Amino acid sequence: MNVSMTVNGNPVSGDVEPRTLLVHFIRENLHLTGTHVGCETGYCGACTVHLDGKPVKSCTIFAVQADGATITTIEGLASNGELHPVQEGFWERHGLQCGYCTPGMIMSAAALLTENPNPTEDEIRHGIEGNLCRCTGYHNIVKAVEYAGARIRGEEPPAPDWEEAH
Amino acid sequence: MATTSVMGGSVRRREDPALIQGTGTYTDDLQPVGLLHVAFARSPVAHGKITSLDTSSAKTMPGVIAVFTYDDVAHLGPLVAQVPIGKLRPLLAAGEVNHVGEAVAMVVAENRYQAQDAADAIDVDYEILPAVIDLKQAASNEVKVHDELDSNILHTWTYHGYWDALGLEDQTPQVDAAMERDDAVVVTLEMTNQRLIPVAIEPRSVMSEYNKGYSTFTVHSSTQVPHALAGAIATNLGVAVSDVRVIALEVGGGFGCKLNVYNDEILVAWASRELGHSVKWTETRREAPGSTIHGRGWIGTATLVGTKEGEFLGYKLDAIADMGAYTQNFTVAIPLLGLWIASGQYKMPVGWKVDCVTTHTMTTDAYRGAGRPEAIYYLERIIDAFAHEIGMDPFEVRKKNFWQPEEFPATMGCGFALDSGSYEAAVDKLISVSDYAGMRQRQEEARAEGRLVGIGVGSYVEVCGFGPAVLAEIGFSWSSYGLPASFNGSGQVRVNPDGTATVIIGTGPTGQGHETTWAQIVGDGLGIPVENIKVYHGDTRDHPMGVGTFGSRSIAVDGAATHGATQKIKEKAAKIAAHLLEASAEDIVFADGGAHVAGSPDKSVEWAAIAKSAYQAHTLPEGLESGLEAETTFSPGNATWPFGTHLALVEVDAETGDVELLEYHAVDDCGHVVNPMIVGGQVHGGIAQGIGQAMFEDAIYDEAGNMLTGSLLDYPLPTAADLPMFGLHRTVTPTDVNPMGVKGIGEAGTIGSAHTIVNAVVDALTPLGVKHVDMPVRPKRVWQAMQEARA
Repeated sequence: MNVSMTVNGNPVSGDVEPRTLLVHFIRENLHLTGTHVGCETGYCGACTVHLDGKPVKSCTIFAVQADGATITTIEGLASNGELHPVQEGFWERHGLQCGYCTPGMIMSAAALLTENPNPTEDEIRHGIEGNLCRCTGYHNIVKAVEYAGARIRGEEPPAPDWEEAH
Repeated sequence: MATTSVMGGSVRRREDPALIQGTGTYTDDLQPVGLLHVAFARSPVAHGKITSLDTSSAKTMPGVIAVFTYDDVAHLGPLVAQVPIGKLRPLLAAGEVNHVGEAVAMVVAENRYQAQDAADAIDVDYEILPAVIDLKQAASNEVKVHDELDSNILHTWTYHGYWDALGLEDQTPQVDAAMERDDAVVVTLEMTNQRLIPVAIEPRSVMSEYNKGYSTFTVHSSTQVPHALAGAIATNLGVAVSDVRVIALEVGGGFGCKLNVYNDEILVAWASRELGHSVKWTETRREAPGSTIHGRGWIGTATLVGTKEGEFLGYKLDAIADMGAYTQNFTVAIPLLGLWIASGQYKMPVGWKVDCVTTHTMTTDAYRGAGRPEAIYYLERIIDAFAHEIGMDPFEVRKKNFWQPEEFPATMGCGFALDSGSYEAAVDKLISVSDYAGMRQRQEEARAEGRLVGIGVGSYVEVCGFGPAVLAEIGFSWSSYGLPASFNGSGQVRVNPDGTATVIIGTGPTGQGHETTWAQIVGDGLGIPVENIKVYHGDTRDHPMGVGTFGSRSIAVDGAATHGATQKIKEKAAKIAAHLLEASAEDIVFADGGAHVAGSPDKSVEWAAIAKSAYQAHTLPEGLESGLEAETTFSPGNATWPFGTHLALVEVDAETGDVELLEYHAVDDCGHVVNPMIVGGQVHGGIAQGIGQAMFEDAIYDEAGNMLTGSLLDYPLPTAADLPMFGLHRTVTPTDVNPMGVKGIGEAGTIGSAHTIVNAVVDALTPLGVKHVDMPVRPKRVWQAMQEARA
């Protein structure tokens, strides 16, 4: 079947089997490998992309279901060479280690901040609970999202909380 | 970005720009032209004979290139193992299956969907045989797991007898005698340290290309141990190690499960040669519980004897550890890592015995902590029970029995010496930063209102950053894989003609930030900004021999090696700079991107000029070889022994048994710290995995050996909503085992946290008379414990 969609601002199309998952279309047909597969069952969130502005787990959607949609993946989040505030927050607050859950986590966090640019710690934690991270214990991810929220609101981000060596 | 090159600074990670923009490359991202895909047909039964195996219809399905079974690969032998005690894993099931998920046949097809379709179409009949799952039943030998083995007990580790050459004294009689004392208080508990599934978020993936003309393999794998994998492929396929190049690109978490070498890795390499095509297998989450090792899986009875004044007189553990069906990498050796820290931070005699038993389940091996969380869990839980028994504060009873700072290096009954420690200082800091006194006050107030609030305390000592090299004598080396290396670390530093530095290391990260930390080590030594330093890792062809990343070893071993290489460069560069500046080498100081004469900062030369001269022999001082690179190895004379004490505050819902983790505080000591931000991140993640074990995770097989927790729905990892912010603090007690005074930190958080949580839950339930709740402390189990105590 032929599918067409707009991905990161570019019109794309491809011939796929009806059962092809959106995540496999993105990774294997479009060669956008920043979107990861962690569980193929919708629990881990590593495959999260934005579909018409909403975060979706692209391993639980067929490519044909996204026909005509506008998709943003991690590769399309930065604009004009400027990191998205969530990307910057993850870098500044050590919100990632192995980086595998990171693209999905960043896409979920970006969607959360679009809906609510000033979330409480609890709202952040519940906002990203559909994305699993095995490395960070989420502490610095929450801090990264707080950082990004401040940036989006035009405020000074809170200082890091790690204990310096000297 | 703040990027100073000062050691001890929280330099932002050099690896992050790629990873936050989706341009990091993981193995499954690779898609060379003509790539073929692998899927495995796996056993649905735990123990059975294969009575028929029909691949004919699978072979005719669309896109299928080949289907392989045991007969095709029998000549390669079983998967090589590091410590080959027990039954080794056949590359594909050899006429029988011994655990659910065992690979029975391998399909190679043009795409992953076709491969999976064909794997599903393979027709296998099994004669189902009795499955041995329960550990006590296995240890009883009522039913044998493998007919050809004498016993289901593959090996028994004892505290004094694990290594005859040491001639250690059996301390069990001392512990037994203490129990007979009139003033003895004896506390005993049987506890489970349940089986866990590691769940790195990146499923394992391996891709191999074979070049027929050169007879060489290029294998990409999501492995923690590239050199070991190269050795294993060479051994199994009967080729030279020099013909196998293994590359680990980005690895999406390892936690020990990618430190094994796997049958699928050997098979993919073999198939690439057989078929003359690039071949890739990427694990699905659904098959992972049968294709990637598990961790823990102990039951044991711990006994502590002491006086009512709180003095410990001795400790005993009698445990059974589950090895699973097949021995893979370190499998049987994992409990030994726990043995070395059986006595924790305390000075007392120890009697310790762990039987390693085989069962019809997935292999167990190293999962974050590997033997050490189990050992510390039993010790610290029984200490807590003892403190409750004699009515003493849990900090106070621990402090009474710590090794004291002046006693280090402190030789334990297991023959190893704790390198350095200041255990009481960490406790005092924790008491202060957590407002322990205030917390106890609030607990009293909550109890008065009928609420179940608990405070848990747990200490740990860890053994990591192995050597000494002599451990190879008891099977701890890569010698089975045809490699001479044991516990060496290695580092290569090159200052390029433009004054930038290239660093190549024998270890490789799975998220620990080596590209940043190593740039700091070299940058600090040479005065080159970290922005001008690139760190490479994970390629066996181009990189120095190193055993990879595991056992919290990278900084203490490979870090020390890189530090050594940096010093060598510095010595040579000082001579060159002195020559250029017409000064004496002893007076040269490196800083701010170059070198200058001490006391005369204006008499300076930039690194680019030093490097340029280094590569032009005619500009060098007489007798100096051209070039500016150095490689060193480091073989530690002892492991390092980090330590710390943690504290958790929980509240248990008196109606439902639901446990809420309210606060978590930790004081950890890993000696000097290169990057506090990264070290903190390691502790966060470690604690989260310990909390995962304590509160959520449980890999369960039913009596027939079916895996009941095979998806992330049934095997819940902690989510962001389950965890609080962590209050992290440090003390700094350097080691003299390596020149940087650093100790490992990757596993400390995990080793320190599971018992801390359970101690808190039991503390909360103490008013009801509950003495113990097994992990994970999910509501049902806690509720049952409350009902039993109330009955």
